[in-house]
Amino acid sequence: MAKRVFRLFRGQGNTGQLVDYELECDEGMVVLDAVHRIQAEQAPDLACRWNCKAGKCGSCSAEINGKPRLMCMTRLSDYPPDRPITITPMKAFPLIKDLVTDVSWNYEVNRRLPEFKPRPPDFPDGSWRMYQYEVERAQEFRKCIECFLCQDVCHVLRTHRKHDEFIGPAFLTRAAAYETHPLDTNDRATYLKEQGGIGYCNITKCCTEVCPESIAITDNAIIPLKERVVDRHYDPLRAIVRLLKG
Amino acid sequence: MATSAAPRVLEERGLGATLRRDAWWLAPAAVAIGLLAFGFYATWAAWVGDHYEWGPYLSPFYSPLFEPGWWPLSPAFLILWAPLGFRVTCYYYRKAYYRAFFLDPVACAVGEPRHDYHGERKLFVFQNLHRFFMYLAVVFIFILGWDAIVSFIWPVCSDAVRAVSVPGACGVLPSGELAEGPRTFGIGVGSLVLTINVILLAGFTFGCHALRHAVGGSIDCFSCAKFGRQRYRLWRGVTVLNKRHMFWAWISLFWVGFADLYVRLVAMGVISDLRLL
Amino acid sequence: MIEVQRHEHDVIVIGAGGAGLRAAIEASLQGCRVALICKSLLGKAHTVMAEGGAAAALGNVFPEDNWKVHFRDTMRGGKMHNNWRMAMIHAQEAPDRIRELEAWGALFDRTADGRINQRPFGGHTYSRLAHVGDRTGLEMIRVLQDKAVHCGVDVFMECTVIKLAVVDGKVCGALGYWRESGRFVLFRAHAVVLATGGIGKAWAITSNSWEYTGDGHALAYDAGAELIDMEFVQFHPTGMVWPPSVRGILVTEGVRGEGGVLLNNQGRRFMFDYMPEMYRGDFAETEEEADAWVTGDRKKNRRPPELLTRDVVSKAIVAEVKAGRGSPHGGVFLDIASKRDPEYIKKKLPSMYHQFKELAGVDITKEPMEVGPTVHYVMGGVKVDPETQAATVPGLFAAGEVAGGMHGANRLGGNSLSDLLVFGRRAGLGAAEYAKRQGRLPEIPQNLVNETVEWALAPFERSGGENPYQVQEDLRRTMQENCGIVRDQAGLEQALADLAKLKERAMRTGITGSREYNPGWHTCLDLHSQLTVAEMVVRSCMERKESRGAHTRFDYPDSDPNWERKEVVVRRDGDRMEVKVVPQPEIPEELMTIIKEGA
Repeated sequence: MAKRVFRLFRGQGNTGQLVDYELECDEGMVVLDAVHRIQAEQAPDLACRWNCKAGKCGSCSAEINGKPRLMCMTRLSDYPPDRPITITPMKAFPLIKDLVTDVSWNYEVNRRLPEFKPRPPDFPDGSWRMYQYEVERAQEFRKCIECFLCQDVCHVLRTHRKHDEFIGPAFLTRAAAYETHPLDTNDRATYLKEQGGIGYCNITKCCTEVCPESIAITDNAIIPLKERVVDRHYDPLRAIVRLLKG
Repeated sequence: MATSAAPRVLEERGLGATLRRDAWWLAPAAVAIGLLAFGFYATWAAWVGDHYEWGPYLSPFYSPLFEPGWWPLSPAFLILWAPLGFRVTCYYYRKAYYRAFFLDPVACAVGEPRHDYHGERKLFVFQNLHRFFMYLAVVFIFILGWDAIVSFIWPVCSDAVRAVSVPGACGVLPSGELAEGPRTFGIGVGSLVLTINVILLAGFTFGCHALRHAVGGSIDCFSCAKFGRQRYRLWRGVTVLNKRHMFWAWISLFWVGFADLYVRLVAMGVISDLRLL
Repeated sequence: MIEVQRHEHDVIVIGAGGAGLRAAIEASLQGCRVALICKSLLGKAHTVMAEGGAAAALGNVFPEDNWKVHFRDTMRGGKMHNNWRMAMIHAQEAPDRIRELEAWGALFDRTADGRINQRPFGGHTYSRLAHVGDRTGLEMIRVLQDKAVHCGVDVFMECTVIKLAVVDGKVCGALGYWRESGRFVLFRAHAVVLATGGIGKAWAITSNSWEYTGDGHALAYDAGAELIDMEFVQFHPTGMVWPPSVRGILVTEGVRGEGGVLLNNQGRRFMFDYMPEMYRGDFAETEEEADAWVTGDRKKNRRPPELLTRDVVSKAIVAEVKAGRGSPHGGVFLDIASKRDPEYIKKKLPSMYHQFKELAGVDITKEPMEVGPTVHYVMGGVKVDPETQAATVPGLFAAGEVAGGMHGANRLGGNSLSDLLVFGRRAGLGAAEYAKRQGRLPEIPQNLVNETVEWALAPFERSGGENPYQVQEDLRRTMQENCGIVRDQAGLEQALADLAKLKERAMRTGITGSREYNPGWHTCLDLHSQLTVAEMVVRSCMERKESRGAHTRFDYPDSDPNWERKEVVVRRDGDRMEVKVVPQPEIPEELMTIIKEGA
């Protein structure tokens, strides 16, 4: 196969530029293969994260021609051979070096999320009964591989930098996994409104568009959570019912 | 953390700045044109307050029809706020107009004008009332369903009736009103237009996110809840429609406008309604 | 002087896969201050790639299943080479560990009556694998990850440990560097749990990621611990073979569990021709019976031969390819499209569907996949006490893939995830109890730190030296060629000679750029571990002059009764690698009865 040009971001902290690398490419290669080949042959100190190379771990998140994607699941053959492929790091997080960003904020957010709290076991051996039809809804959210592409593309974080007030689509999805878990007894509605900043989401669905696991983040996770927040905080009828019930 | 400065080449400064090479502007532009076109037409059609009835047909913009004497404007304005509110607060339309009109964001990973962003926390907090519009929208489906049924009920076409009718539309007087006398089942093109209209509107309304929540989405454990199995089935049903909420939103929007236009053109005599049965 | 950041804990756990997380949780629940150190981000460890499920005799699908049957399957699958006590503990405790995961939020697929569903897998008599579609590992790691952070475990991400501190014969800390900044960090603790996973990155075709450089094996070796069974490296029979860039990526055994069949280029289901004597009578003998088992009655019919143990299937594929009956790209065909309808495949094997569609342009609901063996797992590892997972050096513990003994000569699919849970917990418990018995944290001498730091920074002094990526590549090539599925003396000697040269080259590797996130530098340091484990494997392979389980010698094709229940032990003796053969502990009578006569 022919030579291709890759335009990679190289830099650290708040400086950097796009650098072109020309590379011999083979059939079936993905963007991550190209980055590895550049590393091995031309730029040994080029920084990038990766692990499984099969779209399961969510490490190699980057932006390819401006679109947030997993490098290991992006085939070169999807791009015209005569134009450079631009690879840049995620923009919602501080840059460490080249294609690597500091995603530690996500782990902080996850730690603050109210944890899973099951009802007491149904049986003395510590087990419960749940049925396939009722676990499937939450199983969709459990597909999340924490690639943080949804966080990256979400304009609340990417453009408006609301990291201190908004937990982002990834952790709204995590919250939805707990909230819709048949056994969970914790209530996160107030948390989501006050600390989670769910009101910042204006459901413009970019998170859903970039999710490599095809999780319907907006429709299945965020909107149902918004409705739960409405139940608790914005629905006057329910407020009256609650008042009457005491 | 939130304020760390990005290297210059990575920044998306201002509207439209992006490394994307595809036609990202196409979708928001199409949405803007579509919504504006409908908006202009609907405002005009509601404003004129005329030509909304013909024979057994009633334009959906005017249904249910209230004509109180004290109301100075078109009767459409008495009722249109409800479907309008339903669509304005609809989760799909919110996405569409936040992107197309508020440019917030205009497309994914594309720069937007910097401004103080509050999402749906301040001004747009009213969006949380969507469920109340949904309750009304469900009522409207029954009303428009009734209109569709009525559109199949025509005067029996006796010679006497034919004599007073518009040529080619037996049973409809030149004033657009129905002739007196016994009624029978009949089908005009308009009957089909109004039937399709209510089906499409139902597809949109019964796929509503708020309805999905109300019928079952709020339940965590279906097998423990009262009527859990039934509510799960309802939730599944709404989910099927909800998956294609955007499709239903657009097709029903287009068709409700078209239905008004059809009734209007027939009432104005520009076109004539074809009786199929 | 080089600045070194310092931390103090009771227990440190190196590696944050299933075993590391479970160990950290347990130590934390015991009231210890725990540090969890991992090379990647949290939750990216190899466990996420585990697809099929976790084997545990819950008896939800087959009530007749119990720990004895599981124990028997494990021992037979391991060719009787397993540490019997570990295999027993594993079979007994796995069900509790799975139920515990559910209490922590795991959402396993369900049976019709609302229990945890279990799927059939190679070598397991009954349907035994608790699973979530084909992303069981992801579910497990996420549950453990969330549990660990909510337990208050201190997590140190993207930190590579390069040396264990041994003071007065006891392990009491670990020195590492932050990948991000290149700065050094010293963790002091009473106990260190190794949970670093495997060594697969030393081969060219592997399902393992860059992390699998055998750090834990090398750290333990350097600290003076004994390692066993290093000759037993499992080749998973089904890795992708085309296109070249995805060669080796795993195709889950679940495909065969759900009815997928192996075909050669003549369309023959060749596994019927490779039935080992040991399993004759346990498997279907006709295609009709195999198909009936897949789609219908699992009690009346026997399992298809595709579900034979991994060593058997791998060798069969190699034999077919050698005989010229392979697929166009040097593998064989794995076909599920003709056995299951598309909706079923997408529902039960979604990530396989996705993986082939995205990476190979193959629709597995319509066409067969091309597959071939890929290095997957190392049965060998640090020799541990079955009860506490303590290594032979005080203060050191090991769990998961880095520990040896549990799986014998061949691991059964699904036994790894349960191994992580069972022995991760025991290691955490063992380390916590050991830590509580210790007094003050010993001081770690500065010269120990300085020496290691100097060694680690040396590649920067050698700009213009060997390209570390090239050395790694050459290592992987020689291991693939000379220490692959089938080995012989000449090849192993060649490998040993190559390793000696590679070691010299590794000493000359040079790197440019800064210490901040410099993968070239990281590779220089990883080479030390990789070369150490490669040598352990090659020497152990040379020692075992017979074929058993995953270890196959061309020049000694049969199992030798004289080698039964004997293990090869590797230990550092100064700069020399000492290899010796020792007998394994005797299997008690009543357990032998279970193995021989069934439970």
